[in-house]
Amino acid sequence: MAERRRATRRRARPVVVPSEGPTGESNASLLRELVAHLRRNRTQLRETWARRITDAQLLTAMTAEEIFAEATSVYDNYIEVLETGSVEALQDYARNLSERIIPRGVETDEVLGIVLLLRDVLARSLFEKYQSDFDLLNRVLDAYEPAANRIANTVGVSFVQERERIIRQQQEAIRDLSTPVLQVRERLLILPIIGAIDSQRARQLTEQLLRGIRTNRAKVVVIDITGVPTIDQTVANHIVQTVEASRLMGASVIITGLSAEIAQTLVTIGVDLSKVNAVGDLQGGIEEAERLLGYEVTVRSEDAARHT
Amino acid sequence: MSVPILKQGKVLIASIQTALTDTDMLRLQDELMAQIGRSRSRGVVVDVTALDVMDSFVSRSLRGIAHMTRLRGAETVIVGIQPEVAFAMVQLGISMEDVHTALDLEEGLALLESLGGEAERGGGGG
Repeated sequence: MAERRRATRRRARPVVVPSEGPTGESNASLLRELVAHLRRNRTQLRETWARRITDAQLLTAMTAEEIFAEATSVYDNYIEVLETGSVEALQDYARNLSERIIPRGVETDEVLGIVLLLRDVLARSLFEKYQSDFDLLNRVLDAYEPAANRIANTVGVSFVQERERIIRQQQEAIRDLSTPVLQVRERLLILPIIGAIDSQRARQLTEQLLRGIRTNRAKVVVIDITGVPTIDQTVANHIVQTVEASRLMGASVIITGLSAEIAQTLVTIGVDLSKVNAVGDLQGGIEEAERLLGYEVTVRSEDAARHT
Repeated sequence: MSVPILKQGKVLIASIQTALTDTDMLRLQDELMAQIGRSRSRGVVVDVTALDVMDSFVSRSLRGIAHMTRLRGAETVIVGIQPEVAFAMVQLGISMEDVHTALDLEEGLALLESLGGEAERGGGGG
């Protein structure tokens, strides 16, 4: 029984669809009409919109003139999309706008807020114009609402996409910046680590270090972790493994800049650091490395005389 | 696939070119031991540059070779472990702590020289 009822309902649904056909046709003419109306009242509507943006305290990072200038171009784009139904131009514009305003600290809710405000302002104006004919008003709104929602959607999505693109770009930049492997003397590499290490970054550091050992033919590596705030057990074990892997490639590793907190943490969680050669600070580490490599750094005698 | 063993002065150089079966590995061990006695070598360099995998058997055999050569009066250096191989070995817990390692053949020979002194000096003359 239930099966049949569900089947009937499913069959019944398409009946609704054809009735949308005729409105689809009249939609086009209605849209044309309302676009003409919105063009006619451009100055006044645009001002109402800009005022409401200021009243709602959106886009506070921008000056009133800037808001008005942006409002003008957004308004014109908006009407154009209503008319043509093509969101591509608007997408480009929204991306371009996002690029300009994101660095100024404009938030997603502000962007969505202004687009929704414009939608409301325009809807109000339509109410006013067609208030005498409720039936016509209904049909006008039928034509207007889907188009307006699509625009709000497009602008919001473009903004978020632009934002994500920037975030991705910055993440890549940080990744590239964060792990330099530097040669300071023949056969001596320094790996200064700044910032938090997660296991992914630790793996990347290891790869870069081991490759650096091969390309620079390094014998001693100083890993400086002065700039690392905390280390967890996984990362600590990873560092120990890196030290052993470096030894297998014929390089010895000196770790410098272990902070008091990190030293306490490592001992508390019981990481085996017996194979790790640790020196207090980077200077000491380099001196130790020079000793291992057989360098002897001496001060020239006249300078020494001046120092003493 | 047998491994060629070259004699350079007082140093023997075994260069592993492809992945070895367990039998090949044992044969390499036998030949090295015999050769050390015959040529009175003071050092052995095993070059594993061409290996992109080192399983536990190969690692254990290399370690065995290092210990045996020490008993025969020579030092062994393993050279040319690739970065990926090195890290994989450490993750598997194969760290070969008591075995000398070096970046490549040149480094390995230099290390032998610093270890024994006379081994490489003899090599330079021969």
